[in-house]
Amino acid sequence: MLKVSGLACSRGERRLFSDVDFSLGTGEWLHVQGANGAGKTSLMRLLVGLSPADAGEIRWRGETAPSTEFRRDLIYLGHHAAVKEDLTPLENLRLATALDGVTLNERSALAALMRLGLRGRENLPVRVLSAGQKRRVLLARLLTRPAVLWVLDEAFNALDVGAVKLLGELIAEHLGNGGMAVLTSHQPLPVPGGKALVL
Amino acid sequence: MNPLLATVRRDVLLALRRKSEVLTAVFFFVIVTSLFPLGIGPEPVLLKKIAPGILWVAALLATLLGLPRLFAADHLDGTLEQMALSPSPLGLLVAGKILAHWLLCGLPLVLLAPVLGLQFDLDASALGILTLALLLGTPLLSLIGAIGAALTLGVRGGGVLLALLVLPLYIPALIFGAGAVEAHIAGLDVGGHLSLLAAMLVLAAFFAPWATTAALRVALE
Repeated sequence: MLKVSGLACSRGERRLFSDVDFSLGTGEWLHVQGANGAGKTSLMRLLVGLSPADAGEIRWRGETAPSTEFRRDLIYLGHHAAVKEDLTPLENLRLATALDGVTLNERSALAALMRLGLRGRENLPVRVLSAGQKRRVLLARLLTRPAVLWVLDEAFNALDVGAVKLLGELIAEHLGNGGMAVLTSHQPLPVPGGKALVL
Repeated sequence: MNPLLATVRRDVLLALRRKSEVLTAVFFFVIVTSLFPLGIGPEPVLLKKIAPGILWVAALLATLLGLPRLFAADHLDGTLEQMALSPSPLGLLVAGKILAHWLLCGLPLVLLAPVLGLQFDLDASALGILTLALLLGTPLLSLIGAIGAALTLGVRGGGVLLALLVLPLYIPALIFGAGAVEAHIAGLDVGGHLSLLAAMLVLAAFFAPWATTAALRVALE
């Protein structure tokens, strides 16, 4: 479904990586590994179409990505909090899905926040939450929009033991339902199987 | 919900949580336009003559005040990135943001202008033309400003650059907007001025979201 061939990226004079090839089918996931500055985040941004590649090709369901269809199937969570500090978790979640053209009723939004352990925090402004809790608000998005490909850049950062386990379960569930995932992380991931790509 | 309306709702909600940012521009408009009659003194003929220019220049600068924040906050916290990756077209979301900027920054100026115009001894019909011209002109200012805001996104000292970039592009709106009121006071027909303003608005409404989107994609790379 996702096929990447000959991908290359450089920053200024420095070549970060070249000839990156991999493919993912249903239920498979890829663990992108590498030292700090090896280009993990750059690869993720290339993959989702935020920045252009120097060379190479990304194909999604046989068609060149990024396309609208690709974006519909994609959820990308990067380093940024990507939540509005002045809004509550509930408002954040509902407005973010509304921007994607999906209407989310209050009950499913609350259910997603409960699952992420934010019970009792849904109506507080995000600015008073801790870094880990902000991260959980963002992760709730994974449950509210049906997407096939999850691209998660350092998603396990700032999460406590319980949340790491929970995110592992969410990813395993997603893969079980025929989803795909590309993850970066320095720690071993609590998700069975998976291909590895070392930059 | 329609993505465009969702963006408008989001930005208006955010602005209501941080009222000071919106109120700054409005207060600026009120204070600047009030300083001139106070400084010049009770000279109705002179005040009436300079009123359209002053009200329009103040509206221009008040709009400019809010522009650097149009995309900066979303860029900083990564929500702009999420918008660029959304299945909804980025142009639509950008149009929503521009519309919200006008509702928060432009519309209050339009509504306040007739009241502030009284200080310059403008009569009711001149105030009507002024309001109408601002109603056509302020969305144009938001649309052109959005292009500048997107181009200067992430640039250090972007605020000054933004003013240098955008103010020259505001000149046509200023000339025809202020010109409409001046023509009316001189007893001339204002149809031409207003039609030109409307034409510029239509043109900008069509091209500005597109140009802004292109600039944002470059800024996100």
